[in-house]
Amino acid sequence: MHSKSAALRLHVESALAGRIASPFRLARMESPCTVPAGIPVLDDITGGLPRGGLTELYGGPSSGKTSFLQSALAARTANSEVCALVDAQDSFDPACAETAGVSLDQLLWVRCKNLDHALRSVDVLLHGGGFGMVAMDLSDTPARLVRQIPLNVWFRLRRAVENTSTILLVLSRESNAKTCASLVLRLEKEAAAWSFRERSRPSRGFHTPACLLDGWTVATEVIRSSTRRRNLHFLNHSTTPGSDHKDLLRFELRTNRVPRDSSNEEPLLLWEKERTKDPG
Amino acid sequence: MSFVAIFVPNFTFQAIVRCAPELRIEPVAVIEGQPPTYRVIAFNRLAEKLGVTRGMTKANAERFQQVQIRHRSKSLENSAHQALLDAAWSVSSRVEDAAPDTLLLDLSGLARLFGTQEEIAERILSRTSELGMDAHVAVSANVETARIVARALSGVTVVPDGQEARFLETLPVGMLSPSPELAEIFERWGVTTCMSLASLPVLSLSERVGQEGVHLATLASGKGNRPLVLAQSSDSFEEWFELDDAVDNLEPLSFLLGRLLQQLSVRVSRRALAIAAIHVTFELQTSFESTVLSARETLHRKPLPRTFSSTLNLPVPSQDTAALLKLLRLRLQAEPPGAPVQKIHMLAEPGRSRAAQTGLFLPASPDPQKLELTLARIAAVVGENNVGSPQMLDTHRPDAFHMQKFSVPPAAAPVREQHPETQTGFRVFRPALPAWVQLQGKIPIQVAFQGMPGKVVRASGPWRTSGDWWEDQPWQEDAWDLEIHFLSESPPAVGLYRVSYNARQEKWWVRGVYD
Repeated sequence: MHSKSAALRLHVESALAGRIASPFRLARMESPCTVPAGIPVLDDITGGLPRGGLTELYGGPSSGKTSFLQSALAARTANSEVCALVDAQDSFDPACAETAGVSLDQLLWVRCKNLDHALRSVDVLLHGGGFGMVAMDLSDTPARLVRQIPLNVWFRLRRAVENTSTILLVLSRESNAKTCASLVLRLEKEAAAWSFRERSRPSRGFHTPACLLDGWTVATEVIRSSTRRRNLHFLNHSTTPGSDHKDLLRFELRTNRVPRDSSNEEPLLLWEKERTKDPG
Repeated sequence: MSFVAIFVPNFTFQAIVRCAPELRIEPVAVIEGQPPTYRVIAFNRLAEKLGVTRGMTKANAERFQQVQIRHRSKSLENSAHQALLDAAWSVSSRVEDAAPDTLLLDLSGLARLFGTQEEIAERILSRTSELGMDAHVAVSANVETARIVARALSGVTVVPDGQEARFLETLPVGMLSPSPELAEIFERWGVTTCMSLASLPVLSLSERVGQEGVHLATLASGKGNRPLVLAQSSDSFEEWFELDDAVDNLEPLSFLLGRLLQQLSVRVSRRALAIAAIHVTFELQTSFESTVLSARETLHRKPLPRTFSSTLNLPVPSQDTAALLKLLRLRLQAEPPGAPVQKIHMLAEPGRSRAAQTGLFLPASPDPQKLELTLARIAAVVGENNVGSPQMLDTHRPDAFHMQKFSVPPAAAPVREQHPETQTGFRVFRPALPAWVQLQGKIPIQVAFQGMPGKVVRASGPWRTSGDWWEDQPWQEDAWDLEIHFLSESPPAVGLYRVSYNARQEKWWVRGVYD
């Protein structure tokens, strides 16, 4: 019996020679290399985005997914890396991304019209190799369609990105990749910050371009992380009261158009500031 | 000083076989002329064994069932000649284009580069063999002797210095290419070999057959050296392929394209260059129905295209035939010729091979050649205009950008400063969603779009932009940033949207959502 199994083992090893070094030994799980996403509070806890792994962000509209994506793209392109964005519903705003610091020259933008195109494009990009980050934005794709993606597709994507230095980032309404993801974050919009909240009449002055939305707070829950379990352990002790033991982190998003007033007073528009300064 | 002569025997036949190597093992006869008086002008040894002779009519040649009949192709001969020149220029820059099947090279100063005369001749022979042609190569101190010996003897022949006459003495006079009249005279005299011609007294020969006879006698004695008439080096790399039966399927077509690419790649690489762009032109076969239709409706319709062209520009010159073929296939899949292909013309633009020094500490970036293939594959899925790098336009018009072809930027790009705060992101709805908006004192209080009614919690605006009023497509809109509470959603959702009022259309649109 023993000699038979030994012969079988030898046969398997010789058949897989050159492809798998030691088929009967468990592969040693290396801790993945992580890089910052450009949001310090998240990077401190999660360790950043894992290279060679799938990171999934999910949340509803205005939950901050796109802001996270732009921040990550800005960080990667600033590091001279080439990134790719597969936009399933053609909703990427290059002007906003450029303002956020993304170098558009280093960004390959694939404008898809449906989910199938997006999945095929990501597959081609991952097998092409050489990208620092490949992001697939499924945020505007109906959740029922994304839910129908078979799990083997996510496994295939994870397998394609494994052992590479590429970060695969997926944005969606709901979590779908399950165990294929190395890092899963749920994002949720909290209170928005507005200038002129009490304004009762429309502005008489027009500004081009301008915005009175100062920003909003995003609450992030770390659903899964294979990189920084220790930090998550500490995070459990610092959960927000009344949040049902959720690992919530908060960071603020800011528009860059209206200067923030450091005082507690309501921020004013530039032209109104000037008018108040001038007693005459 | 020594010279090399390259001679391709049966050039007309070899030019055809070069593009169709499978014909090498079959009896082939090449015909030329006007229908119906086609005559056999060339054939191979297998056809000769079956009984095919020069001047035989096409009808007679067709009586041999196994013999493959091919028409003479000037374009194929031209391609073969250019390929032969490339092989010669890859060894020496001093080349005389003596005839379509004969080239003469000056070997002065090449010993340090390539070795002895035998080694140089072997190198030339292997290069012509790579190009799909069997050549004769002869080396001699006398250029004319080299040419005559190459015509007469196969393989590599090196004529030692001073022994030219001894090598020529047994060769027939026909090798000197005399005029038909002179050849007849020599035959009547019984002068059949070069030695017998060289032994004739020059004065008597001059009196009887003139200067041509004297010149031939000089050649036959291994004398009469002359300088080369150098050919200008050309950077044109063209290949042709003519099909007996038109091809309308991509699979066999890509097989032929691969063969042409291989030939071009060999030619280009022999000149230490790479392929920077490929222009493919197909001569299309118009169907009978199309011909009748076009003849009937000539006055009403445009004539059908007879050719199809496609250009493939590469970001970096490449010699990778497999990758080039894949790119061509993807291009033809996206833009098929539309009719069966009768003739293929492929032109390669040469470029210097990429020489790049990568750094140990630089982040990895896609290989330009591989990236081109990746982009072509994605373009085949999403369309060519939907893949690239966005570039902002110099205007305040909302969502104004254009897509440009993506290429890998230089690796050592400067690292820019990061923004201290995380900037808000914005998602654009393309096209903008039509919305219903209820105002109270000019401020939106209720919004509905995509069948979802919502209450406006916060509003800021209007932010008026306008422009291009001096052009055909002006725009003018008042933008509002709205925090909308959708009660119909379960659980109730709150979103930050940008809603704009188009004053020209007098309509409300949802431009996008802050995210």
